[in-house]
Amino acid sequence: MSAPAQAGWEVVIGLEVHAQLRTRSKMFCGCPTAFGAAPNSQTCPVCQGMPGTLPVINRTAIEYAVRTALALDCRVNAGCRFARKHYYYPDMPKNFQISQYEEPLAEEGLLEIDIDGAARPIGIQRLHLEEDVGKLLHEGTLATAQASLVDFNRSGVPLMETVSKPDLRSPEEAAAYLRAFRAVLVYLGVCDGNMEEGSLRCDANVSLRPRGSAGLGTKVEIKNLNSFRNVQRALEYEVQRQAQALEAGERIVQETRLWDADRDVTRPMRSKEYAHDYRYFPEPDLVPLQIDRAWVDAIRRDLPELPRARRRRFVAQHGLPPYDAGVLTQSRALADYFEAAVRAFPQPKLVSNWIMSELLRALPGDDERAIAGAPVTPERLAGLLGLVQDGTISGRIAKDVFERMLRTGQDAPTIVAREGLTQVADEAALAAVVDRVLAQNPRAVADYRGGKTAAAKALVGQVMKATGGKANPGIVNRLLEEKLSRI
Amino acid sequence: MTIHELAEAYRRGETTPSAVAEAHLARIAALDAKVGAFLTVTRERALAAAAAADARWRAGAPRGPLDGAPLALKDVLCTKGVRTTCGSRILEGFVPPYDATVVERLEAAGAVLLGKTNMDEFAMGSSTEHSAFGPTRNPWDLGRVPGGSSGGSAAAVAAELAAGALGTDTGGSVRQPAAFCGVVGLKPTYGRVSRYGLVAFASSLDQVGTFARDARDTALLLGAIAGHDPRDATSVDAPVPDYTAALAGGVRGLCLGVPREYFGEGIDPEVARAVREAIETLRGLGAVTEDVSLPTTDYGIAVYYVLAPAEASSNLARYDGVKYGLRTPGAKDLIEMESRTRAAGFGAEVKRRIMLGTYALSAGYYDAYYGRAQKVRTLVRRDLEAALARVDVLVAPTTPGVAFRLGEKADPLAMYLNDVFTVPTSLAGLPAVSLRCGFSAAGLPVGLQLIGRALDEATLLRVAHAYEQATGWLARRPALA
Amino acid sequence: MISREDVAHVARLARLALEPDELERMRAQLDGILAYIDQLRAVDVAGVEPTSHAVPLVNVMREDAVVAPFPQEAMLANAPDRVGELFRVPRIIED
Ligand SMILES: [Mg+2]
Ligand SMILES: [Zn+2]
Repeated sequence: MSAPAQAGWEVVIGLEVHAQLRTRSKMFCGCPTAFGAAPNSQTCPVCQGMPGTLPVINRTAIEYAVRTALALDCRVNAGCRFARKHYYYPDMPKNFQISQYEEPLAEEGLLEIDIDGAARPIGIQRLHLEEDVGKLLHEGTLATAQASLVDFNRSGVPLMETVSKPDLRSPEEAAAYLRAFRAVLVYLGVCDGNMEEGSLRCDANVSLRPRGSAGLGTKVEIKNLNSFRNVQRALEYEVQRQAQALEAGERIVQETRLWDADRDVTRPMRSKEYAHDYRYFPEPDLVPLQIDRAWVDAIRRDLPELPRARRRRFVAQHGLPPYDAGVLTQSRALADYFEAAVRAFPQPKLVSNWIMSELLRALPGDDERAIAGAPVTPERLAGLLGLVQDGTISGRIAKDVFERMLRTGQDAPTIVAREGLTQVADEAALAAVVDRVLAQNPRAVADYRGGKTAAAKALVGQVMKATGGKANPGIVNRLLEEKLSRI
Repeated sequence: MTIHELAEAYRRGETTPSAVAEAHLARIAALDAKVGAFLTVTRERALAAAAAADARWRAGAPRGPLDGAPLALKDVLCTKGVRTTCGSRILEGFVPPYDATVVERLEAAGAVLLGKTNMDEFAMGSSTEHSAFGPTRNPWDLGRVPGGSSGGSAAAVAAELAAGALGTDTGGSVRQPAAFCGVVGLKPTYGRVSRYGLVAFASSLDQVGTFARDARDTALLLGAIAGHDPRDATSVDAPVPDYTAALAGGVRGLCLGVPREYFGEGIDPEVARAVREAIETLRGLGAVTEDVSLPTTDYGIAVYYVLAPAEASSNLARYDGVKYGLRTPGAKDLIEMESRTRAAGFGAEVKRRIMLGTYALSAGYYDAYYGRAQKVRTLVRRDLEAALARVDVLVAPTTPGVAFRLGEKADPLAMYLNDVFTVPTSLAGLPAVSLRCGFSAAGLPVGLQLIGRALDEATLLRVAHAYEQATGWLARRPALA
Repeated sequence: MISREDVAHVARLARLALEPDELERMRAQLDGILAYIDQLRAVDVAGVEPTSHAVPLVNVMREDAVVAPFPQEAMLANAPDRVGELFRVPRIIED
């Protein structure tokens, strides 16, 4: 898009991602974190910020954040603490958010992303924990509503905020970063990665600078980028908008803009977010955390294999092409699926082909739940491939069977048996069909004998058609060759 | 009667918790119009608790010495189903859905809770004049303040409207009213007693404390409420000693430090004389005394009036008319609703402190105010800790003067300076107790303050008990009725 | 010295609607208190660690266990205004 307008400008993007941690209970109280409950039914005096209540830190949230920090090669700070961040908003019950400020949990890491087949490290500036706010519903839109309604169920859910350095150079890179980041979180088991339910929320800082310059232009913050597609589209729009403004000699205003996905534009928020005075100070109701070496090491020992390592291993151990390995490791569920199928049917490339062409045709590979819950389990896929291998069904029939397996949730032998899809390999039966076809197609037979060997193909097709595709193609070929040579 | 005397009477069958509760409720009905100690009287709840206590004493199976004790709670402690106002309009109609940990513990011990007591709004004040519901008066002289902010609890105990009470102390709010009302007021070590359910004023300083008529009752009350609470991350996980057992032993061999700075200019000579006489009494009982110096004493108030308002400005941000309490009607949008609700719901002193604290935390001022005050706080703490490494207990006046007249301290700063002897201990998180050590010529009680090492409330109570046993001050009662 | 504008700004941050006379009284009082607090500037705090907690505790945490939330009605009962299961607030106009 818009290459001309940007030609002289370099794009500088940094992302702030808020990830909801997959703890059972909230960050500072025991309320459940489940999504979708009746409004204000998952709260208590603590997460409603009632007078007299006090927060107590959820240990698992700390461990999940440390786990993520280690996966991102961050420095886990030996001492960290929570701070209060003040601003008034009715979805925030105490009118301050317990977050981290001067002493975050971790700093200085990196995440590798793939751009045009090459790995590029993107710096991570900091990673910290905070509590989520409630949910506001408007009677109409925010602009026209006469009143707003508040549901505090989400208030106090643990959020991990990860801020990248301004190392991203295009909207595509930003989307790639978000994909790679999400995969890491899901691999780690610390976040379900569900963007529709708000488990992962992204804000971006964008600026442009003259190509070759090292300084930073005036940055604009864009909020509400809650899907990969929105991240890319919003950033493309914003880059274009800023480039046009700069080309026209205008100045960029430092502001916060909101991505309006319905109208495909970013527009200024009325709130002067950047002008807030948050009046941070150390949270006096919580004591400092000391995350010592032994604790970090224990968490490190439990780290699962991460996407990039697994991808390398798929190439080395299973002999897959790097492309296949990349596709198959896009989510932990898909990589697990592949390895389970290979265990049951040890022909990695064949399994990979089936997953990439058939399974991913039906299900998005980065949808953990869809892949993990696929009606065609890895074992069933292996069963299907076994039927092809032992000649019970043809490869072509197998594709139909796979679709039925997806639809019905039944296994391959059941479908093959019920639908009578077993390959006809009975020589006598096939010979009779071949004789009939030869008798019905004297023209083709004549052509063949006249030297047009291609006519044999047409005859094979006729036999297959006559058997409903179930004839074993090897046997049919041999029989035809024999009979034609004898005519 | 004291709590321990009541328990003895219950044991002997001379009276019952119900009879005692009725008598206290009748006394409140008769006298509290003058004193103004109570904001809410929980008659039904009290009588139900008393009846249950009757049965336990009758069966010879009381829960302990607090079973059937008629007590009062400062209205800053949340009580499930009972309105909790913090002395403020902004909490109009607020009924907590939960009990503070200390309330649960008192009820578990069998206490009969008579009601909720008056206080300076959100515990900000030293006179209980800053209550949205009118002042509390000093039972020794109704023209004078009972001190604050826990003035209602102190006055209730002094006027024998309750046998004991809980208050809270952030910069002296238990010790100062205890001194003014002539009762025993203990501020435990920060972290000794759970703050869960205590409506926060300044979180790093707030601590629940006790009011009682003597050291023995104080030991009973503290024993019931002290101890680790997993709902308060700042509560200390250390065993709770048997404070009653620790009362015996006397003061022989104890070293008492007398801080020079607590007897300087500005102190009422009558107070200084009473406190010095008390120190002589303790020497006579076998204690050793030593002069010590706490050079940072004078910085206490300045540090406190940065840190406490800053924390308060944060803690009080939640009162916005959205979830509970007052909401001013008719606002055209949210910000107007919140700003007008807060302007209408908070009194002048609270607004002043919110403004001061907001200013001290705002962009560009943090380091100069909050950051610097936290560092000077370290110096104040080190001073006290160094002195307490040499002596067992510090002895000093609780306040520079006796109870002042209502309206006498109209200037906020003059009011703040009343806390000069109590604030340093709060900044250091150390335990301290105030007890009666005499009377002014006008018949107003004088408070003796004992300051101890962290978690060493037992030694403070031991000294207080020895002093009480050796003197006759407790016999005198305010002439009410 | 703290200015009227400063006081007005802080009042906005603190969501307090102050009347003009209240604003001026507040300014004068804050000025007096801040002048008193200014004595802290004279204290040498070089190299002194700040005290944010009087108790030297670290790593106080709870296990990640669900506790039954409070009944919905109990948590809505204090609402000054509500629509069914939701708290209701006047329309939001950003400042
Ligand atoms: Mg954040
Ligand atoms: Zn909760």
